[in-house]
Amino acid sequence: MPAEIYLNVAVSGILTGLVYGLMALGLSVIFGVIRIVNFAHGEMMTIGMYIAIAIFSAFKLDPLVMMVPIAAVLFVFGYALQASLINPFINRPEHSQFILLVAVALVMVNGLLILFGPDAKNVQTTYAFDSFLIGPLIVDATKVYAGGAAVLVSAALFAFFRFSHLGQAIRACADNYVGALVVGLDVRRLYALTFGIGAACVGAAGAMLVLIIDVTPALGPAYTLLAFIIVITGGLGSMPGALLGGILIGFTEAMAGLLFSPSAKSMFAFGLLVLVLLFRPQGIMGKRAI
Amino acid sequence: MLKVSGLDVFYGDAQALDNVSLEVTEGSIVAIVGANGAGKTSLIRTIAGINRPARGQIQFRGRDIAGAPSHKVCDLGIGQVAEGRQVFPSLSVSENLDMGAMLPRARAKRERNRERVLDLFPHLRERLSQPAGTLSGGEQQMLAIGRCLMGAPELVMFDEPSLGLAPTIVQQVLATIRDLNREGLTCVLVEQNVAVSLRLAGRAYVLENGRITLSGTGPELLADDRVRQAYLGM
Repeated sequence: MPAEIYLNVAVSGILTGLVYGLMALGLSVIFGVIRIVNFAHGEMMTIGMYIAIAIFSAFKLDPLVMMVPIAAVLFVFGYALQASLINPFINRPEHSQFILLVAVALVMVNGLLILFGPDAKNVQTTYAFDSFLIGPLIVDATKVYAGGAAVLVSAALFAFFRFSHLGQAIRACADNYVGALVVGLDVRRLYALTFGIGAACVGAAGAMLVLIIDVTPALGPAYTLLAFIIVITGGLGSMPGALLGGILIGFTEAMAGLLFSPSAKSMFAFGLLVLVLLFRPQGIMGKRAI
Repeated sequence: MLKVSGLDVFYGDAQALDNVSLEVTEGSIVAIVGANGAGKTSLIRTIAGINRPARGQIQFRGRDIAGAPSHKVCDLGIGQVAEGRQVFPSLSVSENLDMGAMLPRARAKRERNRERVLDLFPHLRERLSQPAGTLSGGEQQMLAIGRCLMGAPELVMFDEPSLGLAPTIVQQVLATIRDLNREGLTCVLVEQNVAVSLRLAGRAYVLENGRITLSGTGPELLADDRVRQAYLGM
């Protein structure tokens, strides 16, 4: 094989990985602040993907253009879910929370099956087969746009948490729950906001990913798992870690697909996870528990 | 200003407060004295809306706030400097202060209050961009008090503000509380340092096993044999 192929596959894996990273960022933010593991994360992403497909087939509006409204819909959905269903479970044992979110995930998968059926769907944009030539590199236009959009959204999220008072208040809740109550932060509302933000991230990631892969309702659980692998690899609760984990997993999957077979890519993603757990259990950018 | 009557609080089956009543008049310092586990922190957290009472009333300026959520209570002007300081360790000192001013009542006054707090604690000014977790215990206590003042409170409950601090810092913290009170801030002071807090206080209550067993003016309690034996070791 010519050497350029490796480079091409690596770059396209990294670009897909950026979208994975944004998806995992949503999971990481939700866990880092609310200490709830969102077992419906991949399912929420498929909802974002189906909204993108529905809008595209009805109005021919590009998923990347519709990314912001789709994220907004998912934000409202996530906010409502936290405020109505999850907040009452905040002080319950973890297994109750687990059952609740698995139930939510099942409802989503089967709801999508009823609405859209089990067949794979995709979006055929006018630029679906375009590519960029940069020296020896040939990269799909869809992946460049999707990766670029993921970087933009992630940067906006970092800026929000760093510079806005609301973002600081959410970090404060994650930092010291009692402290947040003491200064009079409305913790439950901030939790709902956080879940909304996590859902918006994964919704935006869905709008990007729909350019790259076909969607079926069954994709949800697989991507929930993928988001876990990424977050644990990158370091639980670390936002840069989630992005880095996404890039690594995207890269690993792409290279595994090239060097072995595309069906072996999950094996290598899990292999990376096992290696990280063996040698750096807190994740690449995670802090040690002690 | 604050009137608590017949307050019962439970943690599961364990009763933390039993029929507690007390009154705080505007502009005063009221001390609450008691051994570890007597229910002092439970009392403060219940007034602050962090714990819910099973029975009883908490009236602030004539309005019943028992069972109201903490963000509502804070927004009425009841601030708290919590036990263990409870700063946000990974947020900067500046961000910590801002978090005190997230209340609707304080948002517009954020810049003015920040200047006031930084004049009161010039030490913090040098450390504005430093994570709060890297401050010394004394500095964290200053930050906790400053963060509380950012919320423009009318009444502040201090829970063990001198705990774990060096003696010179303790003096400084207590002097700060006295000065704030002279400027018109109403204070509730929970202190293990009983002698000092009784000297500062206009009125004081002794809390034992969740019950108020004794109350009176600061000097009265300082002269009381039971208080002298149990808390002052005399």
